[in-house]
Amino acid sequence: METLIFYLFGGIALLAAVSVVAQKNVFYSALSLILCLGSVAVLFLALEAPFIAAVQVIVYAGAIMVLFLFVIMILDPFSAAAARDKRKRLTCLAAALGLVALVVMFTLMRAYDPAALPVVAGGIPADAASVSRLGQLLFTRFLVPFEATSILILVAIMGVVVLARKRS
Amino acid sequence: MNPYLVLSLLLFLVGTTGFIVKKNVLAMFLCVELMLNAANLAFVAFARDLGQLQGQIFVFLVMVVAAAEAAVGLAIMIVLYRRRQTLNPDDADTMKG
Amino acid sequence: MMTELLWLLPLVPLAGAAATGLLGRRLPKRAVTLVAVGASGAAFVLALAAFMELLSLAPGDRRIEREFFTWIAAGDFTAQASLLLDPLSAVMTLVVTGVGFIIHIYSIGYMRAEDGYYRFFAYMNLFLFSMLLLVLAGNFLLMFVGWEGVGLCSYLLIGYDFHRPAAADAGKKAFVVNRIGDVGFILGVLLVFLTFGDLGFGRVFGKIASDPSRFPPEAGVGVLTSIALLLFVGATGKSAQIPLHVWLPDAMEGPTPVSALIHAATMVTAGVYMVVRCAPLFSRAPVALDVVLVVGLATALMAATIGLAQTDIKRVLAYSTVSQLGFMFMAAGAGAFSAGIFHLMTHAFFKALLFLGAGSVIHALSGEQDLRRMGGLRRRIPVTFWTMLVAALAISGIFPLAGFFSKDEILWAAWAGGHPTVWILGLLTAGLTALYMFRLIYLAFFGEPRHAEGVHPHESPRSMTGPLVALAILSAAGGFIGLPAWLGANRFARFLEPSLSLVHRGAVPHFSHALEFAFAALSVAVALAGIFAAHRIYLARPGGAGRIAARWGAIHRLLRDRYRVDEFYDRAVVRPLLGLSERTLWQRVDVGVIDRAVNGAGASILSLGGILRGMQNGLIRSYAAWILAGMAAVLLYLSLLRS
Repeated sequence: METLIFYLFGGIALLAAVSVVAQKNVFYSALSLILCLGSVAVLFLALEAPFIAAVQVIVYAGAIMVLFLFVIMILDPFSAAAARDKRKRLTCLAAALGLVALVVMFTLMRAYDPAALPVVAGGIPADAASVSRLGQLLFTRFLVPFEATSILILVAIMGVVVLARKRS
Repeated sequence: MNPYLVLSLLLFLVGTTGFIVKKNVLAMFLCVELMLNAANLAFVAFARDLGQLQGQIFVFLVMVVAAAEAAVGLAIMIVLYRRRQTLNPDDADTMKG
Repeated sequence: MMTELLWLLPLVPLAGAAATGLLGRRLPKRAVTLVAVGASGAAFVLALAAFMELLSLAPGDRRIEREFFTWIAAGDFTAQASLLLDPLSAVMTLVVTGVGFIIHIYSIGYMRAEDGYYRFFAYMNLFLFSMLLLVLAGNFLLMFVGWEGVGLCSYLLIGYDFHRPAAADAGKKAFVVNRIGDVGFILGVLLVFLTFGDLGFGRVFGKIASDPSRFPPEAGVGVLTSIALLLFVGATGKSAQIPLHVWLPDAMEGPTPVSALIHAATMVTAGVYMVVRCAPLFSRAPVALDVVLVVGLATALMAATIGLAQTDIKRVLAYSTVSQLGFMFMAAGAGAFSAGIFHLMTHAFFKALLFLGAGSVIHALSGEQDLRRMGGLRRRIPVTFWTMLVAALAISGIFPLAGFFSKDEILWAAWAGGHPTVWILGLLTAGLTALYMFRLIYLAFFGEPRHAEGVHPHESPRSMTGPLVALAILSAAGGFIGLPAWLGANRFARFLEPSLSLVHRGAVPHFSHALEFAFAALSVAVALAGIFAAHRIYLARPGGAGRIAARWGAIHRLLRDRYRVDEFYDRAVVRPLLGLSERTLWQRVDVGVIDRAVNGAGASILSLGGILRGMQNGLIRSYAAWILAGMAAVLLYLSLLRS
């Protein structure tokens, strides 16, 4: 069952990702990314991470991507000046380098054996319990980084306000 | 060999290549999100393999950072567009040496 | 009590300098005066208290050394911040703070109308601090700090009126010439450390005295001689002895109180003090002592002859100072260290008085310094006249004023030490001293007024005449603390004895008191002859000076031009150095080698950067491609590492 889910949604995610790159229209790229993120959220579920899956859908696919779509519509990139490419060879270079990285990475991954890892017994409790465990960890051991992220968000908000304000 | 990791690798490389190939700042941002997502997938996969929740906490933090990054990045993009009427990164090259 | 608070003594003037220097611009003049003069007065009171406490101790215990903290510690080398109070430094401290206090008071009136009033007093207080540090230092290195500090203050105060190029140049000259001497001094200090592994006065001299096998007193030329000669080079710079005497006459460009305090009474005597402080060392280096003696004698004689032909009142006094410093070195060179300090002290009184009096004369004539345009001032400024007369009699060595006792003791020491030639030439110099001194008195105060129309001579304010009177009393009576043996006991020498207990003394031949008395009478007679000659030449026969100058034209010109030493240095040292600097060092070495190397380094980096600059193309996508390439390279390396 899990294998089926993996191949189904993994395939969708991969195709959507390729579509993000391949689409000429940014609007479609964004929609493809939402699809991709949704598929990965399903994979998170399969990986026994229901909380992360929920956050992925709510925050990522929901909030962030909506923000993207807003900006796309405000900026109206379709009418922007015709794209000119100052580095034509970059496309080929990127493809070649990506290929090299893929090959090398793949060979490295072949050596990865999850069974050889020291598994902590009872590390991840089943389903619902895992969410409460995560919450406990987040507010005890990882409290400082968690609070730091809220400051980060605050700073980002202020930065955005300063940046986007129209100067009279 | 973990199939989730392979998928993560593929997603990441698609994102990387897209980042270099795309000639629109918005599209490049989407590719960055793609790469971050690939990394998140790897984190969760490792978390399960190791039986540890820390990986998922990492993902949580990455998402927060991604949200902040997207907000600031989009604001910069708006400013760029206002000033130069373009979203092509190649046109914003005044910092070249 | 006071010995515990010894550190207060130099720090009080330092605090005064800090207060006036940092805040003086905003403070009213009255406050600046109060702080600066108050600081110097407080220092004097402290010095007096320290002196009294020293007197209350038994003579053998009159040596108080306090180490306040470790100043430098590097490996084997340690230097303490230590102050040393013994009879020698107590006498010096009293002279410095006493004369300093009097001159501070005088400056209130003299500097009243000057710009930068606060600056002047800040420098003066800083000078007092440095001088007290020099005098009280317990080791060579701390003494060097004070030594450099007084040099700095001297530079600052000579160039006090820095708008005038002459003053600025004189300051620079003093600084540079002193630097030559300071090189000798610091080399001497280094040699002391290399030889003894220590810099504390007490320990170094103790090692010298307790180890006669290593430092035999009769040896010809050894390490002690080298140290002594190097230290003496420093002394010649600071105390304006041949060949480094050229800066002191130029230093007269500074305000007159500065000339009185720094360039007559205290700083220039630092060299003498240093030689006497190192007397245990010098006394075991006979060759060095002979050098000191000869240099002192030559300087005394040469400066006295130059003083005869100068027309600037302050320059006459400056050469007189150089000459008297020569006397002090003569004393040290003859082994009569206490006589040298005695003369240092009396000289501080009457020479400070002469300078302050000269300042009063200049003040009265609204800035006139040329003796040829003075005259007849006797009745116009009586206080200045009478006090300066006392000083002139004192420096000429007329019984019973202060100069008589100290100078006579030096001459006697020269004779008793077996240097009859030195004695004769010293006597001649004493006669010349009386001659040039009374030339000054006659030209300035007697005869017809020759000053410009519209100048109305007036007596100085009481803040200036008060110090004159105080110094006149000291000049008149200061000699009695050191009565020579034929008039009783020399209490000054006996008081200094604990400081000089480690001095090596050869067998001193004994002479009768009658002979000593005869010598004293002879030196008074010579001084009177000098005064009489001055009277004949400069007062009794108008034009007499001109006739003599005409008859001995070449000699007169030589004296007037100060033996052309400055011109000689200019040709022999300054110009060759300038030529070397400009043609070889600048145009060849600097432009040809150093500049080319620097520019070449820059150019090569620039061309290399030109290649790498292509990467910095401002295109974010290409940066991303480079990152990806880097990632691929790292991964490749990792996979190669595994296989």
